[in-house]
Amino acid sequence: MFEWLSENRAIVAAVLIIVMFGLFVWSIVVGRKQAKLKANDEVFGDPVRTKGGWYWAVTGVTALMLVWFYYSWGMARAYFPNAANEMCQIAKLEEAVSPIKAALPIGSRYYKSTLLASRNSDQLEELLVQLPATVFTDGEKTELQDLIIQIRALIANSSNPENLNQQSKDELVGLSQRLNELSSFLEAGPGDMTPSAEALAQPRWGTTFTEIPILPITSKGMLFDAASVEAAEIAGTFNKVRNRVPENGRLIEDIKERIEAIKETNASGSFDEQVTADREDYVKAVERIFKRLDDGLIFPAAALADVNSAIAELDDASHAAQGGLTTADALLFPGPGIVKSKTQCTEQGSARWLPKPTDVVATFMRLANPDVEDGGGYRGFPLLWWDWLPVSNVVAFFVPDWIADAWPGEYASHGPDGTITPNFKDKLLAFAQGDVNLGHVPMLDGHIWDSLFRVLVALALGIFLGVPLGLFMGVSRFFKSFFDPLIELYRPVPPLAWAPLILTIFGIQDDGKIFLLFMVAFAIMVISARTGASGVQLTKIRASHSLGATDRQIMWNVILPNALPEILTGIRIAVGVCWGTLVAAEMLAGTTGVGFIENIARTVSDYELIWVTILIMGVLGLIFDLIMRWIIQKTIPWRGMG
Amino acid sequence: MADLVCEHLNMTFTNPQTGAAVEALKDINFNLKKGELLSVLGPSGCGKTTLLNVIAGFINATGGCAKLGDQVIDAPGVERGMVFQQGALFEWLPVSKNVDFGLRMKKNNAAENAKLVEKWLDIVGLQGFGDTPTYQLSGGMQQRVALARCLINDPEVILMDEPLGALDALTREKMQSLVLELWKETGKTIMIITHSVEEALLLGERLFVMAPRPGRVHKEYRLPFAERGLKESLREIKHDPYFSEVREEILTMIWDMEEEIMGRV
Ligand SMILES: Nc1ncnc2c1ncn2[C@@H]1O[C@H](COP(=O)(O)OP(=O)(O)OP(=O)(O)O)[C@@H](O)[C@H]1O
Ligand SMILES: [Mg+2]
Repeated sequence: MFEWLSENRAIVAAVLIIVMFGLFVWSIVVGRKQAKLKANDEVFGDPVRTKGGWYWAVTGVTALMLVWFYYSWGMARAYFPNAANEMCQIAKLEEAVSPIKAALPIGSRYYKSTLLASRNSDQLEELLVQLPATVFTDGEKTELQDLIIQIRALIANSSNPENLNQQSKDELVGLSQRLNELSSFLEAGPGDMTPSAEALAQPRWGTTFTEIPILPITSKGMLFDAASVEAAEIAGTFNKVRNRVPENGRLIEDIKERIEAIKETNASGSFDEQVTADREDYVKAVERIFKRLDDGLIFPAAALADVNSAIAELDDASHAAQGGLTTADALLFPGPGIVKSKTQCTEQGSARWLPKPTDVVATFMRLANPDVEDGGGYRGFPLLWWDWLPVSNVVAFFVPDWIADAWPGEYASHGPDGTITPNFKDKLLAFAQGDVNLGHVPMLDGHIWDSLFRVLVALALGIFLGVPLGLFMGVSRFFKSFFDPLIELYRPVPPLAWAPLILTIFGIQDDGKIFLLFMVAFAIMVISARTGASGVQLTKIRASHSLGATDRQIMWNVILPNALPEILTGIRIAVGVCWGTLVAAEMLAGTTGVGFIENIARTVSDYELIWVTILIMGVLGLIFDLIMRWIIQKTIPWRGMG
Repeated sequence: MADLVCEHLNMTFTNPQTGAAVEALKDINFNLKKGELLSVLGPSGCGKTTLLNVIAGFINATGGCAKLGDQVIDAPGVERGMVFQQGALFEWLPVSKNVDFGLRMKKNNAAENAKLVEKWLDIVGLQGFGDTPTYQLSGGMQQRVALARCLINDPEVILMDEPLGALDALTREKMQSLVLELWKETGKTIMIITHSVEEALLLGERLFVMAPRPGRVHKEYRLPFAERGLKESLREIKHDPYFSEVREEILTMIWDMEEEIMGRV
């Protein structure tokens, strides 16, 4: 069942989207009707105006889901399940022609030749101006000036159409022709091309870590795939075309020799260090520009015009051959679309970091599968499951080893025959270390439970130590003045600033995280209990004194219940803050927990997993809060009534 | 049971910031015999609440002393029950648990408590409300719970600080009758502070009019109306010419005091 759903997530999404769109429209209709009915019943600002209105919640949730489906390309995949594959093939063609386009105005505003000519001319101009007056002799200066003029002549010679030799001309014409043929090939359409069995056997879009199947699975895709192969060859040829101007050949040899001559003078050692360095720098700069110009990459602008228009034509042909796909691309694929890099096609734009809702659910289901052997869980540990826990471990956790050490007597030593007969002290040690079989109890297990466990233990400790202290601080000058500075010193430090220190001291196991969270919960509980205790109405205290209550009775029967609303609110806040801190602490160190999963997912850019962990944390946080709200409602109905 | 005595009672508050001293009470002397009903009147800020707080033992006088019998008052105690302006009820407890609070603190037998609670709820007219949360009661009902809570402890003296101040006229009248009834039936010493001259006249067997700055007893009356209120309707008493005469006198007195304060400011 789940397998089927996972395989056919496009169809599932298609149905879901229609349902949600229906709900969206319906809830708006209902909402408007209701709004009309109630329009005049309540004045503006009356709190009653915010009561009810679940239909707007439906509108909001469905709108959010639809936006999610849209920006994650979930909608696109639902209704055009093959589009990504086809776009991938188009991207292949794009990738193949990109080297040609990069040299032409169609791809980058200017001809590459234009850029080369202008940039190098500018730099030569600069060099002429910067010619150092002191380090060269007058003769050398004229020589260098002449060299620069000659190098500039290289640019001029290459840019002159009359100098273009026949071979280059032929090559360029041939390229234009092949491009035009490619355009015709695209225009002719796919004909009877059929995708290969291998291509059809690929996993579907989004079902594996490699998002988009790379081999073409439609005839249109075949067409573009074939075109991309040809285009890649054309691009290869284009890259090899050079403008060999015969005149430049001679000039280049001449310049080379003359530069060598100056370099030799430089190296002769007849100058002091600084002068040598300056001379070498300048000559090096001249040579660098020369080297850029000696490989025939500058063409006359007119010579490339044909290739440029052939590429434009190819673009038109490709566009025409895409047909309806361009519309789908524009409407349903927000962002830059699909890009082909070396080995794979990837989604770009919002879809890159926003996984499709169905994929998130599928990833969650994969993680939630408790069968670790079957690929469930994460890193060999289930998400949330149960396991048999040896009772002795629990006992060992609470019974410290030193109890055995402190027990009178000595540990047994080996007897003359080399065997050991454990005495009571040994047995006690084994007990304290958990080396005894006391049976097993079922215990929750998994990443989520580990996170929950840390929060719950820290919270429990924080409550049991923080509430009494807070209450005493609320009623006693000594407690208030003694503990207030201590708590106020550590509390304002953000918990995460403590994390590195505490995790270093306690190690990456649970204790460090629990202690960190305990610190957070403790401060919050102390402060809320203290606020609650000091907020008791004086008349209530006086009344209980007059009724004969002792101090301890007043603490227990008046101050504590009076502080209960604050304490429970404190717990609610502490749960939230602990939860937030925990995830960050787990990101810093550890081998289990929801934050740990997210951290690993981050390092491998597994966006689906990141979102799954975000959603898990959101849902758990929400559940915590709902439970706390429920408890508050049930336990202190008198809140705000006193 | 014993008399409530104040001897040269002084209470001076010192403002910790400015060091300015306020003489809230100066040289208060009186002797309230067992079973007497005293009402205290006076303009706002003349030290009525302060006097009551000293007698209840919530604050310690800076001079002189208050005594119940031979016992000098220096702390709150069960023998001096207190009823506050607003019930000061424990809103987390239902009515019955509020009423038997004092008994529970004494660790009384639970069954006995239940019986007493039943009896007192009956007396104050709240039978059947034992399990109701106090915040669901009206203001008048809450005051009656506070009364029952105080009386169930069987105190020798009952101190009330504007106990009826927050009630509407009708409820107030009923509560006044209830106080008189309780006074008659239990024979307790009662000291009641009020802002209403009529109430002070109706409830006060004795009546102190206090004057401010320094707080002192300006004039004392002995009045017959409380006695009569046990038999006659309170409304009739209000039409009595003597009643009107005393009322006018006191009103003028307080009015003059207020004028004086205004003038001084
Ligand atoms: N804790 C305190 N610290 C300083 N001054 C105080 C304090 N309590 C009362 N006072 C002052 O003592 C005076 C008497 O106050 P008190 O509350 O007894 O007046 P009151 O007669 O009860 O007034 P009201 O009728 O308004 O309740 C007032 O001037 C007040 O400012
Ligand atoms: Mg007062």
